[in-house]
Amino acid sequence: MTNEAFSVIGQPLPKIDAWGKVTGETRYADDLFLPRMAYAKLLRSQHPHARITRIDTTRAKALPGVFAVITGHDLPPVKFGILPVSQDEDALCRDKVRMVGDAVAAVAAIDEETAERACELIEVGYEPLRPLMSIEESLAHPEVRIHEYGDGPNVHKMVALQFGDVDAAFASSHLVREDVFFFEGNTHLPMEQHAAVAHATADGKLTLWSSTQTPHYVHRLLTKILDMPGPHIRVIATPVGGGFGGKLDPFAHEIAACRLSQLCGRPVKIALTREEVFYVHRGRHPVLMWLKTGFTRDGDITASHIRTWLDGGAYGSYGVASTFYTGVINPVTYKMPVYKFEGARIFTNKPPCGPKRGHGTPQPRFALECQLDKAAEQLGLDPADMRRRIVAEPFTKTANHLTITTIGLRECFDRVVEACGWRDKRAQFPRDNARPNAPAKKKGIGIAGSAYMTGAGTAIYWNSMPHSGVIVRADRSGGVAVLCGATDIGQGSDSILAYLVAEVLGIDPKDIRVHAADTDLTPVDLGSYSSRVTLMCGVAAIQAAGKLRQAIFDAVAKKLEVGADALAARDRKVGVADDWEKAVTFAQAAELGEAMHGVLAFAGSYAPPKRAGKYKGGGVGPSPCYSYSASAVEVTVDEETGEVHLDDIWIAHDVGRALNPLLVEGQVEGSVYMGIGEALMEGQIFRKGLHKQPSMLDYKSPTTLETPEIHTTLVETDDPEGPFGAKEAGQGPLLPVIPAIANAIYHAVGVRIDEVPISPEMVLKGLELKRQGKPARIGREKLPLMHWKDPLAVESAFGQPAEDVAVRPFGDAGPAGKK
Amino acid sequence: MMRLPPFKYLPSRSVADAVKYMSDHGSDAMLVAGGTDLYPNLKRRQFEPKVLVGLRGVRELAGVRPADGGLTIGAGTTLTRVATHPDVRRDYPALATAAGLVSSPQLRNMGTIGGNVCVDTRCNYYNQSHAWRKAIGFCMKKDGDICLVAPGSPRCWAVSSSDTAPVLWSLGASVRLVGPDGERVIPISALYRDDGIEYLGKRRDEVLTDIVLPPADGWKSAYLKLRRRGSFDFPVLGVAVAVRLDGDVVRDARIALGAVASTPRESTEAARLLVGERLTIDVITRVADRAAAPSKPLDNTDFTHPYRKKMTRVFVGRALRQIAGLPESGGSSEEIA
Repeated sequence: MTNEAFSVIGQPLPKIDAWGKVTGETRYADDLFLPRMAYAKLLRSQHPHARITRIDTTRAKALPGVFAVITGHDLPPVKFGILPVSQDEDALCRDKVRMVGDAVAAVAAIDEETAERACELIEVGYEPLRPLMSIEESLAHPEVRIHEYGDGPNVHKMVALQFGDVDAAFASSHLVREDVFFFEGNTHLPMEQHAAVAHATADGKLTLWSSTQTPHYVHRLLTKILDMPGPHIRVIATPVGGGFGGKLDPFAHEIAACRLSQLCGRPVKIALTREEVFYVHRGRHPVLMWLKTGFTRDGDITASHIRTWLDGGAYGSYGVASTFYTGVINPVTYKMPVYKFEGARIFTNKPPCGPKRGHGTPQPRFALECQLDKAAEQLGLDPADMRRRIVAEPFTKTANHLTITTIGLRECFDRVVEACGWRDKRAQFPRDNARPNAPAKKKGIGIAGSAYMTGAGTAIYWNSMPHSGVIVRADRSGGVAVLCGATDIGQGSDSILAYLVAEVLGIDPKDIRVHAADTDLTPVDLGSYSSRVTLMCGVAAIQAAGKLRQAIFDAVAKKLEVGADALAARDRKVGVADDWEKAVTFAQAAELGEAMHGVLAFAGSYAPPKRAGKYKGGGVGPSPCYSYSASAVEVTVDEETGEVHLDDIWIAHDVGRALNPLLVEGQVEGSVYMGIGEALMEGQIFRKGLHKQPSMLDYKSPTTLETPEIHTTLVETDDPEGPFGAKEAGQGPLLPVIPAIANAIYHAVGVRIDEVPISPEMVLKGLELKRQGKPARIGREKLPLMHWKDPLAVESAFGQPAEDVAVRPFGDAGPAGKK
Repeated sequence: MMRLPPFKYLPSRSVADAVKYMSDHGSDAMLVAGGTDLYPNLKRRQFEPKVLVGLRGVRELAGVRPADGGLTIGAGTTLTRVATHPDVRRDYPALATAAGLVSSPQLRNMGTIGGNVCVDTRCNYYNQSHAWRKAIGFCMKKDGDICLVAPGSPRCWAVSSSDTAPVLWSLGASVRLVGPDGERVIPISALYRDDGIEYLGKRRDEVLTDIVLPPADGWKSAYLKLRRRGSFDFPVLGVAVAVRLDGDVVRDARIALGAVASTPRESTEAARLLVGERLTIDVITRVADRAAAPSKPLDNTDFTHPYRKKMTRVFVGRALRQIAGLPESGGSSEEIA
């Protein structure tokens, strides 16, 4: 369908919450004030690893102004965790702390100052244990156990999968490369620090307002953690001031606020400090990678084998999923006939890692795209030409049984190659750089591609219910309410719901009120993660709005004495296209509808097509469709200081269809910006068991001054799985930026840096090696000794055709959102 | 959020008020002007004064005025004002540059040059919350008795982190201090001590009122700052160079290094090498090699300390090239001649 056929879709409209955000009207969790509200603080561990020998809260309880003090013993003795397979957290540690920042007690008081003073009066006895601060240290000390469960001492999870005979394919390859890469961990750094208000009321019920990306999972876990019936708990997600994956777990502060409110009979607010946000973390895993890939003379990939070691931190969190994601998505971009993946997540005494924008995939993407560049050079191929040649085929399966639907990656490459002047610059820069007495600043340009999921194909807990639901309600006022469990974390999901429903009903998005993310009022949506919301809520919204439209059409048809099929809805009217004078207003149409059917309220449900590979582990990776991106980066590298200046970034993103191009470009630019930080400066660094720089000043994240002009091109492939053909845009565009920067640095100064973040020191070190005539490569060399388990051998599904458009549970067969 | 500790705020209306409050309250009191560094430090309990003596209401402290052929800058002048003042920009461009590179626009609108000159020394074991410092074991600068950067050291190695200090040093500036016993004017080099704790040669009850700049005749100046990002960050190396030229021959020169010790450091020997020379690439390269000697960074800021040391040479070279109107890198002496 062309954009001309739409009235709302494809328009660069402002977000429906833009006015509130810009003027400060938006009420975030920390803006909530309830009468008699108390303020809470957590006492956190100052030891990276220790046994708790005693906790004495007597003095804290005696402090005037203190309403309640709790420890782990005031909560039901159950462990919890976001994934059913990793139930390893205590809201307040009872026996042991596993990192600096673990919560051990909580206080509610008349104000924050009093709560803080009371925390200082709590006496905790610790018996320090050896802290394990790296993958290598944790593996080298099996006698010290951070947790008692897992796939080995301090090994949380080990995965080994093989799809086809990689060894045979390597043996017949023209070129086989083996490279080691390291990707340092980093954090989400949302502007809004986590905050929550809990209110336990006299009727024994509980309401929690929280800056969470997933009210449904928080609701589900609270019933377990607080040992309360689900119907008595209500979770409302407040507008989230940035999530990026950092607000996707149930957290100690939310649970403590709930329990404190129950004990003191007052609403309790808790707002984390920036330092605490660094401890809550759940961000990018540090990953050490070994990647072996075979190539033909022409640059086709013959086989790929990746090993990943993830530094998981102190708890499971989403780590099992993260481990899989370091291995399963690479085959979705380029043709890889056979594939092998071995991954292990290691516990360490650091804040737990989890899902951050791109969840588990930026690390192997960095490895693969840097390795492709090296291979292209060895094969004498242009790195852009080589990549576009090997792009995977649409509507086929990958070696690891993932189904690719549309794929616009080749067009993405073509668009950035053209836009950035690739061919001229690849030739010209080396000539300019080599001039005698040339300035120290050398220019280079690099490229990379990537893919990302549009929603996880399976839920976090096994079930056959919808992943997302929407209720659309209309009445005689002409107004339409949309109720959905999805959480707007700034990505614009509320706006998308309004646009889609407005498109179907022929009304203005302003006539729609979106009520979202309230477990009492809205149908369940699993949460804002894995780029699932636009697609899953979107399809459900179109379905619900379609039912409403049909009901209204039936009533208008009767009034106008025409067939319902003859009707159209546009410009806030319903009528027959070639007799538009007789069209009735939408409000009149709704009135007719109400008179005919009674209350106009219709539901839509969505669950992804069931396409998981039939093997253990096949549930992680499948997605209704994948988005694709290509990016080119032009850099200037200063050979005297090692500083890397980004001059321009070009990015093309296959978004299926841009429901609102303005919003999509915003998501793309935000992703690019985040990628820049990961490539050049951000790192969760630890020293003496502590986070080295838990502040916005010292944890270096780029400013606008470090962000170059970003030239965005949107590629539309009209995917049959997406709402009106749309795919994701919020995560994928981060991925190619990081390797493209590394590849551009190599083009500029001939130094290969196989590690991020890339610091000026590394660049200088590489240049020094180059001057000494040594291989100018900076990066890890050693790999930890690891006894990998035998891989689960599965036949490669590479190249098999995708099933005809899959039948979705709850869905109408056929493409989503076609009118 | 992090909360401020309780304190009493005494607003001053005059320098005399401030001096009196400071001498009345002794070591319990601290001066505050813009507060951009002080208040965050209070939240982290790096400072725990019982009394804050406010300088914002002292009108006589703000303003730039000509004096004895040079300029006098009131200590309460905002960094934004210093950075944009036409006389400063014309005659002391390095000072305008340095003031304009402090932190972010919002903080420069609040922060004063006096505050920047007196800004607390920094160390990444010290600029942390109370809980963090307690977890790692307090250091001698606050609450503890050892130096965590150099555990065997009897002294504190926190880093002088002012952008304007090395520039003022290179310009030969003086400062006026007013105390209970009257006022004194001392060269800025005498304001600093090479100790991370007692880093100021100023008595607690003295108020820094003015910065006095000598006439700019014939002097050219430049300031270059090393930091990770183009905004927010404190310097982890600051290079201030001032050169007095007679035609194209150097008659006098000063090179001051910031953020590589607990005090600005002067590269006197390197500066002496410039005197009587023309600013050619060869001369600049030779001087730059020598200039890094007093640069003694330790591992307590952003970037590695060997890198900061290495960059001292590069930055001195580039600052001199800037003054000489040469390209910042590349070229050869033959080409220039």
